[in-house]
Amino acid sequence: MSDISASDTPYEASMGDYFALLKPRVMSLVVFTALVGLLVAPVPVHPFIGFVAILCIAVGAGASGALNMWWDADIDARMKRTVNRPIPSGRVAPGEALGIGLTLSGFAIALLGLATNLLAAFLLAFTIFFYAVIYSMWLKRATPQNIVIGGAAGAFPPMIGWAVATGGVGIESVLMFALIFIWTPPHFWALALFVKSDYGNAGVPMLTETHGRDATRRHVIIYTLLLVPVAIGLGFTSIGGPVYLAVAVWMNAWFLKGAFDIWRRNDAACEADYHRVEIKVFKVSLYYLFAHFGALLIEAALRLYDIGGWS
Amino acid sequence: MTFREEHELHGRRKGRNYGLGLILAGLIALVFGLTVVKVLELGDAAKFERFDRVVRPQIIPQEGTGE
Repeated sequence: MSDISASDTPYEASMGDYFALLKPRVMSLVVFTALVGLLVAPVPVHPFIGFVAILCIAVGAGASGALNMWWDADIDARMKRTVNRPIPSGRVAPGEALGIGLTLSGFAIALLGLATNLLAAFLLAFTIFFYAVIYSMWLKRATPQNIVIGGAAGAFPPMIGWAVATGGVGIESVLMFALIFIWTPPHFWALALFVKSDYGNAGVPMLTETHGRDATRRHVIIYTLLLVPVAIGLGFTSIGGPVYLAVAVWMNAWFLKGAFDIWRRNDAACEADYHRVEIKVFKVSLYYLFAHFGALLIEAALRLYDIGGWS
Repeated sequence: MTFREEHELHGRRKGRNYGLGLILAGLIALVFGLTVVKVLELGDAAKFERFDRVVRPQIIPQEGTGE
């Protein structure tokens, strides 16, 4: 009789390993933007329902992260940055990640639908489908514009938050979506210009490698130029106001100046100062997003005292 | 006195099992909390009690009240 004992499996996955499948750092950005989308909406939401909605959105985002890790385990195993993720390091079996991803997706979508409304649940389901299938399975390995497409998945959370409160889609939620969607490419490409990645070895086409660094610099300035009207335009909607507009004008000028500086540089200049400008612009891009969504939150808080917005 | 022999696997999976237990308890708390909030948000309970199959005199419209 064979004895299947625990010694056959030297490592037992812990809760921490399963939690790592959910990409907690990505989840924190999702929670922040979804919360802003929910709080700036003109319809008040019961705090407990709001809490459940944000939890569902976070779990849904985590589930799509687990599905992404399941599908991309072969790529992750070939890149230094990702080789220690739970699947390539052997701590979690691929089938477990798939099971967790699908189960959590189902729970998050169903609970969001029951707690709030069907549109919010549909948007969450679409976001998971978009990230796991359209981005991870299809376009990530097919086109150097993968970052642009992947950005859409990260841009949905404030739209879901808005839908939780209002039950609909408005110009405000579309512009919040567009802000993150157009912000993602210059943010990521600024990073790609100074971090030596091994995406090429893993078979993922990245713009810096397929079209070169000069083309990437051009893309950074083009997308930043497209971003400015979206960010400023949001200030003139019902969720904007003087505070937001002041922040937006300042941050867009700062980001645009950085993107312009990147565009004017070449590889020799980058090597000479160890990518000082690119590193700075990447940091600015992080402040950029937090400042815009933070300013929207401030406007919403001021409106409670009838001093926010344009009225 | 234990009724079952402890397996080494139980010890190794202890943290994981407690974690799952907490998640399930959290899920129950969420559904319970949602139920309480949703029912309280209905306001006047008679609105949905009206569909009860048992005749209850207190919800029959009174004459002359315009109901």
